[in-house]
Amino acid sequence: MTDHAHTNCEELLSSLSAYIDGDLGLELCLELEKHLAGCDNCRVVLNTTRRTLDLVHTPLEKTDLPKDVRERLFKRLNLDDYLSQKS
Amino acid sequence: MNKTMSLEISLEALIAGDRAEFARLVDAYSSPIYRLGLRMLGTPQDAEDVLQNTFLSALTHLPKFEGRSSLSTWLYRIAANEALMLIRKKKPEINLDDSQTGEKDEGLLPTQFVDWSALPEDELLSDEGKKALDSAIETLPESMRLVFLLRDVEGLSIKETADALNLTETNVKTRLLRARMLLREQLSTYYGERIAREERQ
Repeated sequence: MTDHAHTNCEELLSSLSAYIDGDLGLELCLELEKHLAGCDNCRVVLNTTRRTLDLVHTPLEKTDLPKDVRERLFKRLNLDDYLSQKS
Repeated sequence: MNKTMSLEISLEALIAGDRAEFARLVDAYSSPIYRLGLRMLGTPQDAEDVLQNTFLSALTHLPKFEGRSSLSTWLYRIAANEALMLIRKKKPEINLDDSQTGEKDEGLLPTQFVDWSALPEDELLSDEGKKALDSAIETLPESMRLVFLLRDVEGLSIKETADALNLTETNVKTRLLRARMLLREQLSTYYGERIAREERQ
């Protein structure tokens, strides 16, 4: 752990989300990366935030619409004629 | 997935009242809207109500759709409103006032610094791991959760999320950061305890 000023952590962490999304301006990006190189804690926060988002993308997408829910929805919308057309 | 599907759906046919086209729209968006309802309300029955009310409302308002936003953003806007209306009705004790959530600094400063990011995938995606993620998402305040679900789960852009929720892009970014930080914090607590437990064994 280096002896950098930890007062910067909070300010730089506010850019973390934009950094992860590739949405951060060059100057701030360089500043953040410089900070990350010397701050173990912020690096852990970055890595675990990225991992959190990886996990979010994995399990949730598998929740598809249950068949009976689709049937009731089509009936409610008077779309019974089109019930069989789902690929 | 949604973008490809939405491209294939003809807005002209929808507005003209083409039932087959509307059925295709329903099939393209019912899964993400059901998921949104499930995540916002917490029960399959309420999620189904959100889903049905969303498409009933869409059916009513389609003739007046002006195309100022994309069809998918428009549908998400209706679904978000339906979800919020149902929350107000079912859980009146919950404060949905925007000033109460998402704008304050609380929750941003991390306190957990266990690096669990290198844990193997099968451990992270175990039933227990998924449950930890699910309950972490459940604890996000409603207005923050909506932003998170649209942006990070359903993959809308910042602009689309802002349009769907009638927020500024800055507001979406602020809420998103807080939501991600809160989730990270909770998962870090969970995995920190798990790693410590395994080390003791």
